[in-house]
Amino acid sequence: MSSDSIVGKSVPRKEGRDKVTGRSKYIDDMVLPNMLFGATVRSQIPRGRIRKITFDPGIAWDEFVIVSAKDIPGKNCIALIGDDQPCLANEFVNHPEEPILLLAHPDRHLLPKAVDAVSIEYDPLPAIFTIEESERRSEAVWGEDNIFKTYLIEKGDVDGIWEKADYIVEGEYTTGAQEQLYIENNGMIAAYDAAQGITVWGSLQCPYYIQKALMALCNLSAENVRVVQMETGGAFGGKEEYPSMIAGHAALLAIKSGKPVKIVYDRMEDMAATTKRHPSRTRHRTAVSRDGKILGGEIDFTIDGGAYLTLSPVVLSRGAIHAGGPYYWPSVLICAKAVATNAPPHGAFRGFGAPQSLFAMERHMDRIAQKVGLSPAEIRRRNFLQTGQTTTTEQAVREPINLGKLLDRALEVSDYHAKKQRFANENQGGISRKGMGMAAFLHGAGFTGSGERYLSSVVGVEGCADGSVRVLVSSTEFGQGTKTVLSQIAAETLGLPYENVSMAQPDTLEVPNSGPTVASRTVMVVGKLVRSAALGIRQTLISSNLLREDYSADEFRVACQHYIAAHGPFRSWSRYEAPADIFWDDEKYRGEAYAAFAWAVYIAEVTVDLTTYSVSVDDFVALQEVGKVLHPVLAKGQIIGGIAQAIGFSLYEKVVWQNGRMQNSQMTNYIMPTSSDLPPIRVFFEELGNVYGAYGAKGIGELPMDGPAPAIVNAVEDALGVHFNSVPLLPEDIMDGLAASSQESGVGSADEVR
Amino acid sequence: MTDSRESRAKTEISFAVNGERKTVHAYPMERLLDVLRLELGLTGTKEGCGEGECGSCSVLMDDTLVNSCLVPVLQVEGSSVVTIEGLAAGETLHVLQETFLECGGAQCGICTPGMILAAAHLLNGKPGPTMEEIREGLSGNLCRCTGYSQILEAVAEAASRGNTT
Repeated sequence: MSSDSIVGKSVPRKEGRDKVTGRSKYIDDMVLPNMLFGATVRSQIPRGRIRKITFDPGIAWDEFVIVSAKDIPGKNCIALIGDDQPCLANEFVNHPEEPILLLAHPDRHLLPKAVDAVSIEYDPLPAIFTIEESERRSEAVWGEDNIFKTYLIEKGDVDGIWEKADYIVEGEYTTGAQEQLYIENNGMIAAYDAAQGITVWGSLQCPYYIQKALMALCNLSAENVRVVQMETGGAFGGKEEYPSMIAGHAALLAIKSGKPVKIVYDRMEDMAATTKRHPSRTRHRTAVSRDGKILGGEIDFTIDGGAYLTLSPVVLSRGAIHAGGPYYWPSVLICAKAVATNAPPHGAFRGFGAPQSLFAMERHMDRIAQKVGLSPAEIRRRNFLQTGQTTTTEQAVREPINLGKLLDRALEVSDYHAKKQRFANENQGGISRKGMGMAAFLHGAGFTGSGERYLSSVVGVEGCADGSVRVLVSSTEFGQGTKTVLSQIAAETLGLPYENVSMAQPDTLEVPNSGPTVASRTVMVVGKLVRSAALGIRQTLISSNLLREDYSADEFRVACQHYIAAHGPFRSWSRYEAPADIFWDDEKYRGEAYAAFAWAVYIAEVTVDLTTYSVSVDDFVALQEVGKVLHPVLAKGQIIGGIAQAIGFSLYEKVVWQNGRMQNSQMTNYIMPTSSDLPPIRVFFEELGNVYGAYGAKGIGELPMDGPAPAIVNAVEDALGVHFNSVPLLPEDIMDGLAASSQESGVGSADEVR
Repeated sequence: MTDSRESRAKTEISFAVNGERKTVHAYPMERLLDVLRLELGLTGTKEGCGEGECGSCSVLMDDTLVNSCLVPVLQVEGSSVVTIEGLAAGETLHVLQETFLECGGAQCGICTPGMILAAAHLLNGKPGPTMEEIREGLSGNLCRCTGYSQILEAVAEAASRGNTT
């Protein structure tokens, strides 16, 4: 790449100017003539049969449009992986906040009162709320056994290792639910026209998921369902599947009323009713040799999927594949299962199962280190995957990674050893304790296994008469920089100025299905397709003798004009083709799980206050290898933002459940980090280059969510000498942990801990 | 708020928005946020939580930073309100808007208008703040995307360039 290359440079964010001036249009900024406002009547109980619905006569119901399951023209489900989740509960409800009825009215102020004026009587059924209750099967709340999905990953002979082990280390680790807490609540507008069908505009990640769901729900063909993404105010996975539900609701009200309908949730409804990160429980049993080598082990990974299947099988899959961390396992048995409870379905959230299983792995590594008598750094170094070795799914590591070097560099920039020694001395007295903790991890980019082959994504690039090019993808922008980076790739490929590239608005009428905007796949997978579609534009102009190999932007414009005059619209398409050397066995869950992994070592420095038991993160070093960094400012923003969310996951964000309902569904009592709560986060990229993605880029968006929780809890353990095996780790948990530990050791007060 | 809204008649309320005098016909207890967005079409002011926690709806009211979701419109009678739309001079961006763009201070953009107004308010009172003062000054505005670092950088950079009013 030349010095004037666009890739690798921090060009201005494509939609940045509109965002800083307040001109960007989000769904709640959009108004259509004669528009009604919609609201949702939801279940008040976790499980039961609907006996009777009564409408309080104090409301002028004839002014309202009312939709129930009976009004659904097609199939009453939100089509995704399975079709078990109803769009509107008909006879049974299976979780609190399950949608039952829809109301619409021209005056949005009248809706809350009307929702309250609908009374629903139920015959309650027994409900279950935890993984353990679900496993006991005292109640079958989903299928016959409450199990959505299981996976078994088997490598080598685990049975034979236990007698060879010098140490057998066991541990159980749990993680809680986490709310995505995008600052823009979910929202949709739907309009219906008998000739054209349904159009929805909304805050969303995956236009084609919504199209699929609406086709089934409304019994319409693809041509009659149009989905348009508006500017989207944060998503983080939280706008991957639930928007299909809201789009369905708005569509049903629009069909029945014949008017456009807007549904925008308020914060409380959004937090209580929509998806969250899956709570998890991981059990490790590991055989380790005297010199600290992992010989093999069993990993039992279980997630709580809530009441319906939704995306749980895929979350489970990613969590299971990441459960062994960045280590070499000569043999391993990973048993993974997703179980049903009577909570609202849990769903996609940045990291998608990996933060859960990697929290367990990285806490467990510290426990192994203690057993064997090695330092946390040394135990990891001795077990890191090396080039040529295979992962738990027997994927050979082909790239020249050197995790030991990443670790060394992270230790150096965090001043780990000196600080650890200093803290050990200083921790003898005073009212606070300091500690250092680390986590080493990996994150696979793109869909798992055969996923990308099934998706078969398509991307278009259009050459326009004014010499600009337009990128046609269904990949959505919700803060990560999709528009910017894909434009950089197109501009770089065509040798045009960045300003000459624009992005089509994601609109199913206009853009092809380039797959969902999830799984850290946009830059690596879609970016590569953008490059090949852009090459198609160039090749066509050159082979039509309209352009020389070497051309200016002006010559490109003239060539496009000639081409369009002769042939009409000038578009080049590119479809995903699986690389020949990628093999995946869906049955045995074995093979090339991901086209590329990003690798990282994170180090946290914490202080625990022994008066308030609060933990503050004082310094955070994030070192990662993500292939080529295409936009340094955006890449850094992704890493820091992900770490901030993960610090929330570790120390602040606790969903308080009661009978399957979130009790703290407000920003007042569900606490995310503010600018005062976060440490300086120091980001380092080690670029090793990757042959796979566009210009060597790997996925980056989810990686930073995986490491902070174990690094921070490891640091707390280093500070206090007490094991903590769950997140979120709140002050009350630390107080309890210290009390339990001093009882065990006979130590009297917190001052004497350690 | 619905009850008091219904129980009183609409009334005329006059105030300045971004330097222009406006008169609206609104229920006295209507939220300033809704009046700005729905009556005046100034949709740059965003709602995030509706309870004064997130700061997305921040505007300046007589040079004080307020959460417009908590201000009944009656209270702005005679005052002067500045929203994000009033910050740039035509097509020339305010220095904070420039530095937010350059430093990566805006990702999804939904907290950005409120965040920039909070930063403007901070710099009005304290043209050369320390990093700690910036952290503190913006701690009433939540951002879920950035982890704040690049926002803090953008504010520090704007302060160093001056011309922040």
